[in-house]
Amino acid sequence: MSRSSKAYIAGVYEHPTRKAVDKTIPQLHAEVALGALQDAGLSKEDVDGYFCASDAPGLGGMSMAEYMGLDVVYTDTTETGGSSYVVHVGHAVNAIAMGKCSVALVTLAGRPRAEGVATLGSRDYGNALPDLGFELPYGPVITNQYGMAAMRHMYEYGTTSEQLAWIKVAASQHAQHNEHAVLRDVVTVEDVVNSPMISDPLHRLDCCVISDGGGALVIVSPEIAATLGDRCTKILGHGEAIKHLKSGQVDLTYTGAVKSGSIAFEEAGISPADIDYVSIYDSFTITVLETLEDLGFCEKGQGGKFVSDGNLISGVGKLPFNTDGGGLCNNHPSNRGGMTKVIEAVRQLRGEAHPKVQVPDCTLALAHGTGGSIATRMGSSTVILGRNDA
Amino acid sequence: MTQSNRTYPEPSINMETEAYWAAAKEGRFLLKKCNACGETHYYPRAICPYCLSSETEWYEASGTGTIYTYSVMRRGDTRYAIAYVTLDEGITMMTNIVDCDLDTLAIGQAVEVTFKPTEGGQALPVFRPV
Repeated sequence: MSRSSKAYIAGVYEHPTRKAVDKTIPQLHAEVALGALQDAGLSKEDVDGYFCASDAPGLGGMSMAEYMGLDVVYTDTTETGGSSYVVHVGHAVNAIAMGKCSVALVTLAGRPRAEGVATLGSRDYGNALPDLGFELPYGPVITNQYGMAAMRHMYEYGTTSEQLAWIKVAASQHAQHNEHAVLRDVVTVEDVVNSPMISDPLHRLDCCVISDGGGALVIVSPEIAATLGDRCTKILGHGEAIKHLKSGQVDLTYTGAVKSGSIAFEEAGISPADIDYVSIYDSFTITVLETLEDLGFCEKGQGGKFVSDGNLISGVGKLPFNTDGGGLCNNHPSNRGGMTKVIEAVRQLRGEAHPKVQVPDCTLALAHGTGGSIATRMGSSTVILGRNDA
Repeated sequence: MTQSNRTYPEPSINMETEAYWAAAKEGRFLLKKCNACGETHYYPRAICPYCLSSETEWYEASGTGTIYTYSVMRRGDTRYAIAYVTLDEGITMMTNIVDCDLDTLAIGQAVEVTFKPTEGGQALPVFRPV
């Protein structure tokens, strides 16, 4: 069957750098924009919509539109942390379907590694934050927040460190084939659980890399996609949700993917069993485990069993994931992993992933982003993509 | 650096929350409930997040509860335990667990409020095992 799609991903580009000492952030945005436009077979004069998040310097998208010389009539700078770019895919579909633009450019870039961004500090989002005084004094950093989620998941469902480690093992199996990956060494479950404890129960190898670079997407109308050939990827469904601490009714064992996933699956008219490949935001191993449960790939609490024994390894398991090596091994540009999730899903649907990790006859794929923190407030977004003939 | 050397950053205090912090300086732990819908919420706000009523009121809480989850930070100069504690009043709050062997913490453990001075002289509610 051929499913209808209101818009297509025509171009993708992942910057090859992982440490951008000699480039500015605007420069990186422009380089990824050019890469995605060339991949699509379009030029910057074709772009009439620009989408970015707060990694783009300046007020909204204005400064970057100027830097890149874009002439746009539609802009969306929705900010949900690392999931922003997955949100942007959905918003671009809506804008294109409404006739507000026909070629939407989405860019992400950053250089936290070159700038030596500390991982132990708490992030500063401004003094007007209502939650600030009730959290910052307690030292919430990224790792101990995700550690609290993992600790509770272990308590409620018996999830183990060895099960979480399988997620990193799968990512490393894939990353060995990616020449750009920060970490290319294959690791074992023992390597993960014997790596230094960072914040209980998360070890060093449960954590993603810090890297520079970025990525871009070009999303076009069906009419334009028809002129660009069969590398265009269908966008079949999109969902997004904000999940927070619910006025003190805290539950850290699930994520916003419960809602974003069900909305996306309903829009696409398919179920998790139909999916051939998944890109799952992997800031930490626990992020992947909770998300897979929440998206319905297994029952709540069964994520530990589901990810074990190589079930996420391409060519080995039933649900190949993050075949570029993901954030755990390959790339986490600007500490925002949503963009690269979409890019690798598109590669899979085009048959352009590395031959060692390419999923045979990959027809339907899912990309999911998680922004903010799963232990406080998060923006979750899911897109379901289809091969050109899906 | 050990747990006892830990310094606490200053909380940001505004007109919505100054009563909470003033009470903490007196060793009292306050929560806020809504007189329109009866619900206690956290973190405390002028506007009830359940019903958006402005009929919210401070009250002195029990200061006791149990550990919902925790994580001991083992990297960096200072080991410390961040946690969520579920209070007897039914809300769960981010905090630190202090004055104990951090390797013996457990989910479900009973804790009670105590106060630690911040860098700027404010009193910060934290919890210790009962």
